[in-house]
Amino acid sequence: MPADAPGDTSPILKLRGVTKTFGAVTALDGIDLDIHRGEVVALVGDNGAGKSTLVKILSGVHAKTSGTIEFNGAEVSIDTPGRAIDLGIATVFQDLALCENLDVVANLFLGQEVGPWRLNEVEMEVRAWKLLGELAARIPSVREPIASLSGGQRQTVAISRSLLLNPEIIMLDEPTAALGVAQTAEVLNLVERVRDRGHGVILISHNMEDVRAVADRIVVLRLGRNNGTFGPEATQEELVAAITGATDNSVSRRAQKRDAVTEGEVS
Amino acid sequence: MSDTQKFDRADSRVRADDGLGGALRGFVDRMRSGDLGVLPVILGLIVIAVVFGTLNPVFMRPANLTNLLFDAAAVGLISLGVVFCLLLGEIDLSIGSMSGVASAILGVLWVNVGVPWPLAILAALGAGTITGFVYATLLNKFGMPSFVSTLAGLLALLGLQLYLLGNSGSINLPFQSFLIRFGQTMVMPGWLSYLVALIPGATIFWFGLKTRAQRAQANLSVPALSVLIVKAVVLTAIILGAVWYLNQGRGVPWMFLFFMGLVAGMEYVLTRTQFGRSIFAVGGNREAARRAGIKVERIRIYAFMLCSTFAAFGGVLAASRLASASRQAGTGDVNLNAIAAAVIGGTSLFGGRGSAWSALLGVLVIQAISNGLTLLNLSSSLRYMILGAVLAIAVIVDSLARQSRASHGRA
Repeated sequence: MPADAPGDTSPILKLRGVTKTFGAVTALDGIDLDIHRGEVVALVGDNGAGKSTLVKILSGVHAKTSGTIEFNGAEVSIDTPGRAIDLGIATVFQDLALCENLDVVANLFLGQEVGPWRLNEVEMEVRAWKLLGELAARIPSVREPIASLSGGQRQTVAISRSLLLNPEIIMLDEPTAALGVAQTAEVLNLVERVRDRGHGVILISHNMEDVRAVADRIVVLRLGRNNGTFGPEATQEELVAAITGATDNSVSRRAQKRDAVTEGEVS
Repeated sequence: MSDTQKFDRADSRVRADDGLGGALRGFVDRMRSGDLGVLPVILGLIVIAVVFGTLNPVFMRPANLTNLLFDAAAVGLISLGVVFCLLLGEIDLSIGSMSGVASAILGVLWVNVGVPWPLAILAALGAGTITGFVYATLLNKFGMPSFVSTLAGLLALLGLQLYLLGNSGSINLPFQSFLIRFGQTMVMPGWLSYLVALIPGATIFWFGLKTRAQRAQANLSVPALSVLIVKAVVLTAIILGAVWYLNQGRGVPWMFLFFMGLVAGMEYVLTRTQFGRSIFAVGGNREAARRAGIKVERIRIYAFMLCSTFAAFGGVLAASRLASASRQAGTGDVNLNAIAAAVIGGTSLFGGRGSAWSALLGVLVIQAISNGLTLLNLSSSLRYMILGAVLAIAVIVDSLARQSRASHGRA
């Protein structure tokens, strides 16, 4: 069982033994994961560790092969993207999927416009400013087309959009991958503010510095399995070791030998 | 009323373009970044008026301009439809043939079979709707690019038109009927045309005031009243001037007013409804639209159905204009004129940018050139070459403006 976050609140999302196979390949093997309210959980791992597969299962793109997913204590099946959104699991994909020809307000409310037969632009603009204001997001004008925004501002719009329906959990897939230093800091600030609003955040990243900066817990996946849970104080070496599996070699092998010897003596 | 309290004026990096000066500054900025809007069209119309007016004084006479508006309505409607396809980043190359088939259906049902003309029109429109549905389905189910399916449709529909008309080749429509008078002679009474001319300005002013009130209540910045007044007054003055000039001759055709009404309606659909917003989203980024929960396939079906239905309607008006349904209807340059009109008016061939107004503005340019060249007694061979060049220039302008917008960070 992974270490639980502080507090005795039950997790919003609870995965037990989630397994996904693609034919003969096992992409995920018995994954356990808990996400609590107001918590940032970083999901790290090398390429092929199964991070993206897990995100796709939680966002309803793929169906799990076995295992259970509990949402607010009730077992659920997330079989379509729409189902994930209805439950309250929002995903910000790596390619942000914004319409460059539309302005910020139109992108925020795309598919959720206020007043389908007579768009209420004033109401939408006010709600957009309020949402961006709560996140202290630095968007100069919401009436500019997305094309005129920087990478960080686009990421901000994408994250804000995922919050529009007030989800319980928001998953961010590599939110800082394409960003500069200042923009990365901006997005990480945003992640903290999202957490402070009481949402659960799943953050996927290759950047260990970013991860340790904002995560409350760091969950390491390796070859489709849980390979340790760390606090934000974990050192770079510990994380790298868990991600690359370097512990499989010297230290752990000796420990295993010792265990085997003691087991032999007992029996 | 401090600006710092407004939601949209909190960020000091945003220049507040308030008042008339601000509106002008914003306009210049947009022009420089390649957001040309209607400016090329206005310039084009002025050049056309000067050149043809000098070459042949008849061109600028009120009677000729009324004639021009009669001609413009039919092609304009076809163009209005193709705007929907272009906004999706698709194209319909069969709109000319579709209009031809519609006029043939009208002629056969009305004259040969004896169906009342309103029902015959409904049948023609229905044929358009079905055709559009077929194109969208070919795209949705088989991934058939629209320029291929509609190119195939162009030939198939042309065949259907010839088949329907049979050996006669041409059906004359009853001259005394309402439909033909509508297409050939009916103009608005003078007093009514002046009254109608006031509507656009009044509408802009009324809704501008309402928006101002709503924004003020919602603590958003309020556009300057002076800008609103200037807009409404200038628009009204231009329209009143045009109507007065036309009334010196035959007057304003009812058919053109009908077309303008449909343009205004479609502009509302495109800019003020969820459906319109979805069309722009699909044209801008299909994957983003899909992930936002927009049913892309359904949007395509509606857009193609609207396109073909308007093409059919254009065919009906063209038949009423000519008082006949013939083998030549919808052939020749009709197809490209309609597409060129939309592009000249400012609808991008690359999807995601455009408006219903582009059909109106563009068709005025195309018809004016066509009409002017006819008055100069140029043969259709030269006319085709010149219109071809105009279309090429329009696409170049569209493409250059798009590159400029990209480099200035505007979509």
